[in-house]
Amino acid sequence: MLVVGGGTAGTMATLTAAGQGARVLLMEKAHVRHSGSLAMGMDGVNNAVIPGKATPEEYVAEITVANDGIVNQRTVYQTATRGFDMIRRLERYGVKFEKDEHDEYAVRQVHRSGRYVLPMPEGRDVKKVLYRALRGRDMRPLVQIENRVMPVRVLTSGGRAVGAVGFDTRDGSLVTVRAGAVVLATGASGRLGLPASGYLYGTYENPANAGDGYSMAYHAGAELTGIECFQVNPLIKDYNGPACAYVANPFGGYTVNSEGNRFVDSDYWSGHMMAEVKRELDSARGPIYLKLSHLPDSTISKIESILHVTERPTRGTFHANRQHDYRTHDVEMHVSEIGLCSGHSSSGVWVDENAATTVPGLFAAGDLACVPHNYMVGAFVFGEIAGTSAAADVDGAGAPLPEDQVLEAHELIYRPLSQPDGPPQPQVEYKLRRFVNDYLQPPKTERYMETGLESFQRMKREIQFMGARTPHELMRTVEVSFIRDCAEMAARASLYRTESRWGLYHQRADFPERDDENWFCHVNLRKGDRGDMELLTRPVAPYVVDVPGFTRPDGVEPEPVERAESSDTAENVANAAVISW
Amino acid sequence: MALVTQRTDVPVTIDPELCIDNCTLCVDMCPLDSLAIDPASGKAYMYVDECWYCGPCAARCPVGAVTVNIPLLLR
Repeated sequence: MLVVGGGTAGTMATLTAAGQGARVLLMEKAHVRHSGSLAMGMDGVNNAVIPGKATPEEYVAEITVANDGIVNQRTVYQTATRGFDMIRRLERYGVKFEKDEHDEYAVRQVHRSGRYVLPMPEGRDVKKVLYRALRGRDMRPLVQIENRVMPVRVLTSGGRAVGAVGFDTRDGSLVTVRAGAVVLATGASGRLGLPASGYLYGTYENPANAGDGYSMAYHAGAELTGIECFQVNPLIKDYNGPACAYVANPFGGYTVNSEGNRFVDSDYWSGHMMAEVKRELDSARGPIYLKLSHLPDSTISKIESILHVTERPTRGTFHANRQHDYRTHDVEMHVSEIGLCSGHSSSGVWVDENAATTVPGLFAAGDLACVPHNYMVGAFVFGEIAGTSAAADVDGAGAPLPEDQVLEAHELIYRPLSQPDGPPQPQVEYKLRRFVNDYLQPPKTERYMETGLESFQRMKREIQFMGARTPHELMRTVEVSFIRDCAEMAARASLYRTESRWGLYHQRADFPERDDENWFCHVNLRKGDRGDMELLTRPVAPYVVDVPGFTRPDGVEPEPVERAESSDTAENVANAAVISW
Repeated sequence: MALVTQRTDVPVTIDPELCIDNCTLCVDMCPLDSLAIDPASGKAYMYVDECWYCGPCAARCPVGAVTVNIPLLLR
């Protein structure tokens, strides 16, 4: 089987599938050692459901409310029930999680009610630990890693995924893969909006995550969902790191307006929190700040030792360049550019609780797969699920590769070489993403988005005529086509849902109210028979857990799932150990 | 189309005095593949201004030759 993307989810899919005896090819456009949204590392996990600290039911209810009810709870329930075993599995690989003096996991509260945030004291080593596991003696015979290879299309035969086409971004050679099953784990569409600085790569998400999987899944015929539920995050102004209330809150830091007053009632990132942030920024009380200057020196040193080391180590450099210090300067905050990412909101490839897409043989996991607010624990859990599902469903093995699709992909990759004087990627991409900002940034309106759509359609031609001279430039030009696909999806899905939902994520100025009567449903999109984008609705599946304080507008009764035995027992932990090793 | 030579302030700089000849650790780690070895000198350098200022290049360098600054537009 083929795994595309070697970040959190892809690595776990690979380890799991190979652990079950599958032969796995892992393709990564960067280098697995530091790839994915983690790149350098992560200070903690946001959504660990630890027995005794929180229950899966609480977590699923919390995410259901945070996502205004539009969730397939069976998917979220997987993250809730399997997250603890995953934490234990990661510990066996060597990842460290913070414990208190009673040797219990030191989870902290950032969400509205439950405690799910668990610091990782040596979070910078997460990818190192996983890479070591991938290169372990037990994995070597089964796992082949190809770094610096970028797939551009998933190949299908008779409607089933049977492989992929890509190219080596160093030497430019074409790569075709025949695979029994394909797992897409390519991360967010992070290079969609243009950061206010205008720097193409200064995005919140790792800019290598250009929406590759969104585009590949779409062209393979898979359904995508929740695309109109954009990702917008509160960040340090001009720097792409989170201002990080998650880290600062437990130490006494908090968000204030220019009058020094608090204005958000929960720091948990949701569309509603973002709407409050945007409202404050646009008011007479802007700008806004992360307030730390009131804290004692020792506390600030501790915060610096976390924030300036692991997740974004250049954060200290940023502040130092401006002679800013948390002791004297509160941190000015702003909102990020828009993106698509199910790790933070809920836009992604439609998957069921087994990580299966609507295309047989094609699975998705991580930020790319729609499991709302799934974050890192969810990426690991769905990586594991996708690995298991794909390893058990390799029927595509041996199918001949469809020549017409290979030729089309070849054209997509290499056309810019035949027209080296065509417009260069930096200019074309800048223009495309400026239109994304101009027309898609919330608050959204029909006229703005239609104008945006016209721009994206017009730019198809310009993208077709782009020129490139090196394999590296070919990588960037294909990525522009991914970005354009994502922009079109974002515009069409946002136009289709004629209501406001998820706070700022889908705030329609022309339909300012939530319309539960007509829009308590998923909005999905797929490639139609004539090759144009097709929009459809799907009902919200019956809930599996009750959501206190939330009444389903359609009155559909919950259908509880049979809850597996608590994973907390020694026997189950031992069994899990056998399976995952 | 015109080819224009334009000076650019790049965020990642590598001290050629410290950089080990033909070592590729920083080049291998860059998620955007923006670093390369100059064939003439054998030293690493940033050859495209594409940077997430994430830091693995500096963290992996065994001799501390790599400095990651913030791109000028954001600085």
